[in-house]
Order: sequence, then C-alpha cells, then structure tokens
Amino acid sequence: MSAISVRGTRRKPGTVRRGVRRNLTAYGFLCGALICFAFFSWYPMIREVLLSFQQNNFVDAPVWVGFDNFRTVITDPTFVTAWVNTAVFTGLALLVGYVIPFFAAIVLNELRHARAYLRFVVYLPVMLPPAVAVLLFKWFYDPGAGLFNQVLDAVHLPTLAWLDSTSTALLSLVLVSTWMNLGTGTLIYLAALQSIPGELYEAAELDGAGLFKRIWHVTIPQTRLILLVMLLLQIVATMQVFIEPYLLTGGGPENATVTVAYLMYQYAFNFGDFGGGGALGLMLMIVLMVFSAVYLRVSRDTDN
Amino acid sequence: MSNIIVEPSRQDTVPPDPDAKRPAGRRSRPKKQDASRGVRTVVSPHTLATPRGRVIYWIVLIGVVVSFTAVFVFPLYWMVTGALKTPEELAQIPPSFFPTSIDFGVYAEAWDQLDLGTFLYNTLIYAGGAWLITLVIDVSAAYALSKLRPVLGKLVLAGMLSTLMIPPMVILLPAYLTVKDVPIFGWDLLNTPWAIWLPAAANGFFIFLLKRFFDSIPRELLEAAQIDGASPLRILWSIVLPVSRPIIGVVSILSVVTVWKDFVWPLLVLPDSDKMSISVGIASLSAQMPQNVLIAALVIASLPAIIVFFIFQRSIMAGLTAGSLKG
Repeated sequence: MSAISVRGTRRKPGTVRRGVRRNLTAYGFLCGALICFAFFSWYPMIREVLLSFQQNNFVDAPVWVGFDNFRTVITDPTFVTAWVNTAVFTGLALLVGYVIPFFAAIVLNELRHARAYLRFVVYLPVMLPPAVAVLLFKWFYDPGAGLFNQVLDAVHLPTLAWLDSTSTALLSLVLVSTWMNLGTGTLIYLAALQSIPGELYEAAELDGAGLFKRIWHVTIPQTRLILLVMLLLQIVATMQVFIEPYLLTGGGPENATVTVAYLMYQYAFNFGDFGGGGALGLMLMIVLMVFSAVYLRVSRDTDN
Repeated sequence: MSNIIVEPSRQDTVPPDPDAKRPAGRRSRPKKQDASRGVRTVVSPHTLATPRGRVIYWIVLIGVVVSFTAVFVFPLYWMVTGALKTPEELAQIPPSFFPTSIDFGVYAEAWDQLDLGTFLYNTLIYAGGAWLITLVIDVSAAYALSKLRPVLGKLVLAGMLSTLMIPPMVILLPAYLTVKDVPIFGWDLLNTPWAIWLPAAANGFFIFLLKRFFDSIPRELLEAAQIDGASPLRILWSIVLPVSRPIIGVVSILSVVTVWKDFVWPLLVLPDSDKMSISVGIASLSAQMPQNVLIAALVIASLPAIIVFFIFQRSIMAGLTAGSLKG
C-alpha cells in the first residue's frame, strides 16, 4: 500500500485514471469470487456465532439469549459422551491411520516391482464416494452372514457383534474410516520419502547404523515437517466425523457412537434447535481452529 | 477442457519451475519416479544384491502385494460378486467364494428400482456445473489477485485464505440457513443446483493454488502483450491460461472429485428424491432394498469414480501432493 502513496507524489498526468481503471478491471474479475465467498463462506462464519447466541424459529425476529444455548447443550447428558466419543474416535483413527501409512510408504519405497499397481490399489478406496464405502462396510459388519464374521469364523476366532455392541461399534467406525482414507497418507509420505537424498543413508550406513537406526535417524527427521502437517490435518479431518455414525449406527447403540458433528446435526434437524446446534458448532470450530492455526503456521514454515 | 486450452504449444514458453515440490504436473513426475529406481533408499543396493537380501526382498514384495490386494481389492471383489448372488446365497454360511449363478439382471433391477439414472445424471450436473463455475470464478479471481493487484488485494486474499482454517462441518448449519434464504436477495436455493455450484466456487484452496502458479509466470510476458494493446481478459485467455494447463488440470480434478464424493452438503440442500446426488440417493433408499439390489447399486455408484481414477490417475496424485505439501 505504501508503494501507491510513494508513486502518488510523483504522479504523471493520466496515472490516476489508469490506476482507477486497473482497479475497476481487477474488481470486475474478482466480483464472482467475492460474492461466492461473502455469501457462502464469510457470512456463514459470522452467522455461526450469531446462531449460537440467539433463539430463532425463522418466523419471528431472532431473540438474543446470551449463553442459554450453551447451557442447554452442556447440560445434555449426551454432550460429554459425544466429546469423549469424538476424542476416542480421533485417537484410534490416528493410532491406525497415522502410523500404518507411514510404514507402508517406507516399505513401498523399497520395492522395485509392482509399484504402479500398489500405488493404484492403495488409493482406490479413497476414490469411492464415502457413502458407498460406508454402506459396503455396513454389509460386511452384518453379525450373521457378513464378511468379517465369516472370515473370523474361518480362522476359528470368536465372532464379534460389530455395530450392535457398545464395545465394538466405535471401533467399527474407525475401521471403515481408516480403510477409505489410508491411501492419501501413504501416497503423500511416499512422495516425501522420494525427496530424501540417498547420501544421507549412505553416510549413516558408513557410520554403522542398522536398518532401524537409519529409519529412526534419517527417514523420520527428514520427513518431520510433513509428518507434523499430516498429524494436524488428520486430527482436523477426523474430528468432523459425521457420515460414519449417520449411515452406520445413527449414534447407537446407547449413544456409543454419537460424535459432536452428529449431535450438532441432530440438534438442528431432529430437535429443530438450530441455536443448540450452532452452540455445538461454535465449540467444535474453536477446538478445530486451534489445530488449523498450528497447521497453517507449520505449513508456512515448510514453504520457507 | 478443450475449450480452455487455446494454444497448447505455448506451454513451452514458461520457464522450468524453480520449485521442485510444486505440482508441475505431467512432465516432471514420471522423470522423478524413474530416477528414484536408481536412487539410494533405506536398504542399500549391496544388501539387496546378496542372495539373502534377494530372498528377503521377494518375500516382502509378495507379502505386500498379497496383503494390499486382500485389504483394498478383495472388498471390491466381494461387492461385485455379492451383487450377483441371490438373497438366499448371500445369507448362506459359509459364503460362496464365486457366485453359483451369474445373473447380471440384478444390475438392471437396481438401475430401475433405485432410479440410478436420475441420481447419476443429477450428480453429473452438480459436478460438471461446479467444475465450470469454479474454474471461471476462481481463475479470474486468482488472475486479478496475482497480476492486476488491485487496492486491498492482499486483504481480499487473506480473507479467502482464512476460510481454509474453518472446516466445512462447523459452518454447516449457518451455510444451510444461508442457502435456504439468501440474504439481500431472499432466494431459496434448496433443491436447485445453485446450492451446490456457488458454495463450491468459494474455495480458498483453489484460489491459493492458482494464484501461486500465476505468480510464477514472468511479468515480461504479460507486459509485452499489454504494450501490444491486449486487454486483461485477452491476456488471461491467450497467455495465462495456455501456460497454466497443469494447475488447471489439478484444480479441475479436485473440484469434480470433491463434489462427486460429498455427502453431508447434498444431503441437506437437495432433500427432494428426484434432486438427490447418487450417494445421498442410495443411502436414503438403502433400508428398503433387498441386499443384492443394494450392493448392485453400490457397484454402479463406484464405477464412475474408478473409471475416472484409471484415466486421470496422474493428475489426481499430483493434486494430492499439491494439497498436502502446501496447504
């Protein structure tokens, strides 16, 4: 901005008019995006805050109710359950979905055959519409003739109730979520591994480092930033979990799979309480924005 | 896409990308992968060349191929064959590995009963329209921010990028209320394609990708055209777009795939059964269908995605690393 004022002191005739025209053209090009962002991104962000502090039946003017919506939501017994479920879901999904892709990528990077096939196959589930993958797994989870119990039975292990039991329902959600997202992480790590200079491994080997020491002292430090970025991205993505409980369990059995996003949906569309839903959304927004802010900070450091 | 690529030969006029991590697209990728075959990885080539190393390598290779096939391909095989089984055969314990009688009629049945033609057509319209509108709006916005640099441009860019920090799920309710009753205009966009198209264009990540690419186009190239009297629109069309093919390819794929895969948003804004997208349609009818018909519908719904992946594999994977290395 300072450049403009500097230029202004030595302005030649016609510069102002050209500047105005350039700006008008630029905003002409920008207007479509400005309208879309204003209506469908910026305004909803503000409205999310308004929503959580208002009581609104969408007929009369909305009433300011202070923290009433928050009080309603927090005193709801499912509130704590939903947060615990979301945290457990995120934790389990990280345990499986964060560690496995990294080691899968390390192994894939060593292979000299079937690379194209393996890369294709690992990403295939990511391409499926999530609703299709989830409904497919719903059939696999069938306690009677479902694929998983059939396999367990074939290897003489005890069968599970999967979605029907409070102890395995959340785990089943993690399983399908991991299956359909595993490919993303694997391919991203694979790309990161390919940029590690080979001399580092040679030097480590000359120093007598074994295979696991080389992974620990070369591979992991070299991919540290991408590992951190992926960790944050995955936390933000999995904490928004909605489609799995919506399609598989409806939050049951006994609220064992109610997540925050699903509870928010229920408040708005099942109970007709958009204020309560808005309050839940705002709380989730604040938690996720902390992770997003760290993520943006880290990925900016990756740039430099 | 052919309507956008005006002069493909101009691609050669852009200097090689200084930033190797950028999604420069098709040309640079295969080279990198070929090179990596000769490049040193964790296991040293000498260890691999020993007889013991070779045996271990083949055991690991076979183990990985078998386990990846079992985990990622077998469920799909089970889906395709499951649709061909009769409900009795589906309930049978232990299950049959191959369907006893192959009758593709179930696919036709699923097509008719679930009205998959309508759902697929709807989804095509949503994804195609979103792609077109996203490209027009985001490319021109990124061009203005990168090359025309208006007053307050930095602020506008910051505002657009700040939306990356807000996960879509947390503004789901206010976004739904906005679409239901658009402020100022008072339109109700529910059950219209605009409810998908316009929010899809408000994508900070696409603006970011496009602007970063446009920034790398040398100024001299545009100034030369400017001196020749070309208008900004003309410069965008004849100079910027032709050299930006790789990034436009990445954004195109990402925008189509995003709309195609989306579930929650179309679930809310397209509640009428004749307006539903394929995912929402199948999910909403899943409870009333016989098992084998439902599975056949799942197969049909996953086919377009798998075919697209076959054809655009490279662009899709380029978009993936573009998205994660620099978000």
